Amino acid sequence: MEICRQNDQIEISELDPFLAELLRQIPASTSPDGTPAAEQRLFSSPTNGKQPELCAEWKTYVEPELRRLFQSATETVAADLEQLNGNEKSLANRTLRIPTKHTDAWLSALNQARLVIAAKNNFTESELSDHLRSPIGSRRDLSLFQINFYGFLQEFILRELDG
Amino acid sequence: MIPTERMIPRTGLTMPATGCYRLFELTAWYVSVFTMSRERRRSVGCRAQSKETSGMTHILDETGSVTIAEPTKETRSEEDLDLPWQIVVHNDPVNLMSYVTMVFQRVFGYPREKAERHMLEVHHKGHSILWAGMREPAELYVQQLHGYLLLATLEKIS
Repeated sequence: MEICRQNDQIEISELDPFLAELLRQIPASTSPDGTPAAEQRLFSSPTNGKQPELCAEWKTYVEPELRRLFQSATETVAADLEQLNGNEKSLANRTLRIPTKHTDAWLSALNQARLVIAAKNNFTESELSDHLRSPIGSRRDLSLFQINFYGFLQEFILRELDG
Repeated sequence: MIPTERMIPRTGLTMPATGCYRLFELTAWYVSVFTMSRERRRSVGCRAQSKETSGMTHILDETGSVTIAEPTKETRSEEDLDLPWQIVVHNDPVNLMSYVTMVFQRVFGYPREKAERHMLEVHHKGHSILWAGMREPAELYVQQLHGYLLLATLEKIS
């Protein structure tokens, strides 16, 4: 896999089927799927528990706005990922081009996905720091790899935004 | 053409274009930072402090008629007397340090060095106080931080 900036696009080329599939998993990975821990992480409390009135207002007015914001970012990413649609064979050495104007949506969707996966798997801080763990061992290891891979993409986008 | 009456902002009431009327509107209105729509604050917004004012007071009631009242008390809204609030950002092992720095720069307009200092404080101490001030801008900041998926809370400074 190669990632570079090409004018007003971020180009991820030479994607193997495994990484292409992980990319295609981003929109689905942003969904808490009814997992309370993931839901709580995406929509965390705005107070330290001492302002129940504020929390109630927040639930009524802010949470729906945040849901729309997150959903919108995920939809943008899902539309970009349609470039990878096709049969398994065509996934080999594919190239994904992300318009730079979509980078904020990508940062949001990648962050949502990382937070939701981490919450669903209840990863510890030391597990999250273990960047050398093999993705092959178990479903849990694969999830950790997914978090790190998405983190790598975030880092690249941030570096590009920084100029 | 001179208008014969004008709308009193945020009340839905009208009053004559000429003549002097003072209106003590005790319920505070605000533009919700959440929905950007008009919302009525709950009545608790009117408790707090009052002070005597001199002179007669003209009160416009809901039917549009004006009555003169005895010297009354001017009520300040809770917002006027609001204690400062602070925005605390809490550590999260998932969010990238570079991402958190970028968010602080974007939301608060902090220079990179200051944003990094706060980010490192969050990382090492578990939390950092990013901003302190009045409640409404604080709510807006916290909403933005949550939009970036940071763990941020709004706390009243005691």
